[in-house]
Amino acid sequence: MEEILKILEKNGRYSEEQIAVMTGKSVEEVKEAIKKYEEENVIVGYTTLVNWEKTKDESITAMIEVKVTPQRGEGFDKVAERIYKFSEVKACYLMSGGFDLTIIIEGKTLKEVASFVSDKLAPLESVQSTATHFVLKKYKDKGTIFEKKYKDDREAIII
Amino acid sequence: MNVEDIILKKVKDIPPSGIRKYFDMINEMKDVISLGVGEPDFTTPWNVSESGIYSLEKGHTHYSSNAGLIQLREEIANYQQRKYNLQYNPKDQILVTVGGSEGIDIALRALVEAGDEVIIPEPSFVAYQGCTRITGATPVSIKLRAEDQFKLTPDLLEKAITPKTKVVIIPYPNNPTGAIMNRDDLSRIVEILKDKDLIVLSDEIYAELTYQDNHVSIASFPEMKDKTLVINGFSKAFAMTGWRLGYACGHPALIQAMTKIHQYAIMCAPTTAQYAAMEALKNGDSSVREMVKEYNHRRRVLVDGFRELGLDCFEPLGAFYTFPCIKSTGLTSEEFCEKLLMEQRVLVVPGNAFGECGEGFVRACYASSMEQLIEAINRIKKFIQR
Ligand SMILES: Cc1ncc(COP(=O)(O)O)c(C=O)c1O
Repeated sequence: MEEILKILEKNGRYSEEQIAVMTGKSVEEVKEAIKKYEEENVIVGYTTLVNWEKTKDESITAMIEVKVTPQRGEGFDKVAERIYKFSEVKACYLMSGGFDLTIIIEGKTLKEVASFVSDKLAPLESVQSTATHFVLKKYKDKGTIFEKKYKDDREAIII
Repeated sequence: MNVEDIILKKVKDIPPSGIRKYFDMINEMKDVISLGVGEPDFTTPWNVSESGIYSLEKGHTHYSSNAGLIQLREEIANYQQRKYNLQYNPKDQILVTVGGSEGIDIALRALVEAGDEVIIPEPSFVAYQGCTRITGATPVSIKLRAEDQFKLTPDLLEKAITPKTKVVIIPYPNNPTGAIMNRDDLSRIVEILKDKDLIVLSDEIYAELTYQDNHVSIASFPEMKDKTLVINGFSKAFAMTGWRLGYACGHPALIQAMTKIHQYAIMCAPTTAQYAAMEALKNGDSSVREMVKEYNHRRRVLVDGFRELGLDCFEPLGAFYTFPCIKSTGLTSEEFCEKLLMEQRVLVVPGNAFGECGEGFVRACYASSMEQLIEAINRIKKFIQR
């Protein structure tokens, strides 16, 4: 059944009817499966991959390494929750290695991101230190290459 | 001097490809969706391309041995064993060629001449006819039937064999029909072939691209092993058409004869491609699996699309082609293709380009993006319902 997830992960806009044809299942089966995935939070949401650089909207992305003190009895989860609930936080991962959390922040300006770090993140009691890295250019995201659009330059007819 | 006069009649007699005119037509047109292609839309998996690049960086820019790099032949032997349960000695049973195309050509040149007959089940890849004629031998077409799902059946084969038959071509998975032959289908024709003095040329270039059961090679029948030449390659399975690399596996005597021709005509297959191909065989399985999964989705979309439009379309279980019947439109294959191209800017190939018995059908390739396929179906719908 993961076939349906793979298809939707690649392109969330396929209709249930189209997915049914692709997978050789009935429309009912596909509807049922997707509903179940949604209920069980396997499908967590549907979004669109946007290359904001090509728009007039200003946007800046930063990746922040955070060292935290785990809370007694709750490990890292409680601290992480404190952090990921901020709407500026687009992603939050628990890491192995030299630091504990990776946070991806999106803001309109450098200043906005900097002030999030200094005003909201760094002052948290369990946050020991942060290191902020700004993204200069996105080449590829979520398995999709941003710049070069695929051009079909094959011979139109070969027999 | 008239140069025309000097050119061999048997070469002049090969009909010019009937598809030339489509090139001229599409040159003037914008926004054409071509389902006429005969190759993957995927680019070569990056680890494979990168190995080719690395070989250049390391200075591997020389000829290889005539038969191909021995390490590559060893990988081919492993691969044939692992995938199709076929044992070949890399030293004298495998020849690396410039695509499956070269394998077909030099096999026929090593085996047949004027007076010999080559059995060619049709519709099929056009090179079998062309290469046979160049040798001076006579192509004997078998007209495969849609009601048999374009499989080669014992009755058709039996009728075609004569004392002059020297080669039988077994072209499965098939271009253009997408037909396959499973073990049972093969065992029925093996019964006929096993006691005959002839060579079977099994073109298995699409062997990786099957959508139900894994491909079975006719060479895996013990009684057929010595008399079968397997043609395979990297073009379709690993999306490597431009690298020009294939191979032939078979009896040492035949491989030796082919190597002689290859040695003088080609010297050796491209070395860079050979290095890339080694990576493909060692670490390419997951890429192939991903591509096959994707083709399978597209295959269902295209077949379903044609059927929704009321066109008969048998289920193709191999390669990346569909072969719908267009007789219900009242048009010939060529009329259908020309009108579809002019009116809706979708290009498909007339079935009769692959042999007379392909008349009434068209070949539509699904090695294109899903978006393109869906748009193509929409346009074909407008065309049919006009
Ligand atoms: C049935 C068949 N055999 C062989 C070939 C030749 O492929 P290549 O020379 O690229 O290996 C093709 C290419 O279209 C084909 O369709």
